[in-house]
Amino acid sequence: MQFSISSSPHQSGQQSVTRVMGLVLLALVPGTLAMFWYFGWGPIINLGIATATAVAAEAAVLHLRGRAIGVTLIDLSAVVTAWLLALALPPLLPWWQTAMGSVFAIVVVKQLFGGIGHNPFNPAMAGYVLLLVSFPVTMTRWLPPDVVSGSALSLADSLHIIFSGTPPLGQTWDAISSATPLDQMRTELSQNRMIGEIRQSPLWGDFGGRGWEWIGNWYLLGGLFLIWRRVIGWRIPASMLAGLVLIAGLFWAIDPDTHPFPAFHLFSGGAILGAFFIATDPVSASTTPRGQLIYGALIGLLVFVIRTWGGYPDAVAFAVLLMNMAAPTIDHYTQPRIFGQRGRGDA
Amino acid sequence: MTDGYRKIVLDGLWHNNQALVALLGLCPLLAVSNTLINGLGLGLATTLVLVMSNVSVSMIRNWVRPEIRLPVFVLIIASFVTMVELVMNAYFHGLYKVLGIFIPLIVTNCTIIGRAEAFASRNPIPRALVDGLAIGVGSTLALVVLGGSRELIGQGTLFDGAHLMFGEIARGWRWGIGEDYPGILLAILPPGAFIGLGMLIALKNIIDKRLSTRQPASAAGTEPVTA
Repeated sequence: MQFSISSSPHQSGQQSVTRVMGLVLLALVPGTLAMFWYFGWGPIINLGIATATAVAAEAAVLHLRGRAIGVTLIDLSAVVTAWLLALALPPLLPWWQTAMGSVFAIVVVKQLFGGIGHNPFNPAMAGYVLLLVSFPVTMTRWLPPDVVSGSALSLADSLHIIFSGTPPLGQTWDAISSATPLDQMRTELSQNRMIGEIRQSPLWGDFGGRGWEWIGNWYLLGGLFLIWRRVIGWRIPASMLAGLVLIAGLFWAIDPDTHPFPAFHLFSGGAILGAFFIATDPVSASTTPRGQLIYGALIGLLVFVIRTWGGYPDAVAFAVLLMNMAAPTIDHYTQPRIFGQRGRGDA
Repeated sequence: MTDGYRKIVLDGLWHNNQALVALLGLCPLLAVSNTLINGLGLGLATTLVLVMSNVSVSMIRNWVRPEIRLPVFVLIIASFVTMVELVMNAYFHGLYKVLGIFIPLIVTNCTIIGRAEAFASRNPIPRALVDGLAIGVGSTLALVVLGGSRELIGQGTLFDGAHLMFGEIARGWRWGIGEDYPGILLAILPPGAFIGLGMLIALKNIIDKRLSTRQPASAAGTEPVTA
């Protein structure tokens, strides 16, 4: 799809959906490679399953709706959705759960609302939440990064686990799986242990979990690339991360024994990925400049609130979906002034 | 005359189905439809109240002044709901405990006051009776289908808890896909109710569309289905 603007005095931009989505995929490559480095083949296999099912589901629905299949598939938006979903999923999730999340994201959250450009919610995050709410056991079964465990699962083992849903022969889930840093922090805090004690565990690095913090850095690199290429604006990521750091910093300053250092919140879980790649979804996010600042900051705030007092260890998906719901209202109250007019542009 | 009744029944069951077309009484519909039996129980209780209230409202329709009709309707409905609640508490205590607050809340079900106002207060007793029955069964069917599909997807069973309604003999009715079916919890949680209801409405609209293209001549079945 080309954004062709008719009538002569306008210059039409060279931006197309395919190009934008292609750049997003390119920006995800460093983070994905980092996932591969730390978690082995699991994320790559998930990526394959999610992409294949998302593209197939998109083609099937487009066919049912009587739309041109090729034109829409080539815009790569289904691939981006699948990729974001796959990066959020635990590395050894059973294949059918990955496929179900990806089909739900495309069919129910995207196409039933009218396809690309019409979805009120971020499809990848809605798919993730469907899985997290429906399958809490498998969705919280992460691997330890291999800098901690010292050995990575082979390709054959990963395939076996994902497609059979059972741990490799002679091993148990407890032996190969591990909690995420956020999960661990939460469990230990609930047992009244203090941050200083919790961080003695080998799972912890300089800021967040070992391995995890580096994945966050590589996502950050991709995100900065997107801002440089003007694919996304700076407002949503900056305000989201600032909001998260501010509230986390406030609580840390009040009681550093039971609230982790703000950098922990940034570099554990999905905060960086969410800030640059998920909250910035141009369809479901706020669109006015002031609105984007509010939208991002509230996501950051909600992430902290849900991580600290909510029922689930990570919160980016819930925070983004909640703010997706609020985005139209935020846009309504933050209309920019029309040039040459006094006051708000209500027209 | 029989044509008139035929239309009342068809409207209640399908063309003006209160859950799928009028979208009335959604709060109990969404909250209680997590298993087939719960849906059936609440559906039958609602139907009972609906029939009795329709008949009573139709009986007094010529004596109640229009200014006070709504409070009178609400009093009548509340009395019947209290009766149904006490009867359920006595004879279906298990089901009564499962359905909980939603039995007293039948009073506020807009389907019932809606039929009292829109139909029973303008029609003779036999017609009001048939209308109450048809509307009630229509809503019950929607509740049962939604409850059954949510139960099936969410926990892989059907007729779970049937003994609450049909006595100990019904314990064996429970049917399950199998022990290793990993329930998709979302279907049982509130979002599953909204998604499921949306799917049911879409399904009904598809069926209506198919029917109307098959027989474009008969106008009877092609009333607009949007509420």
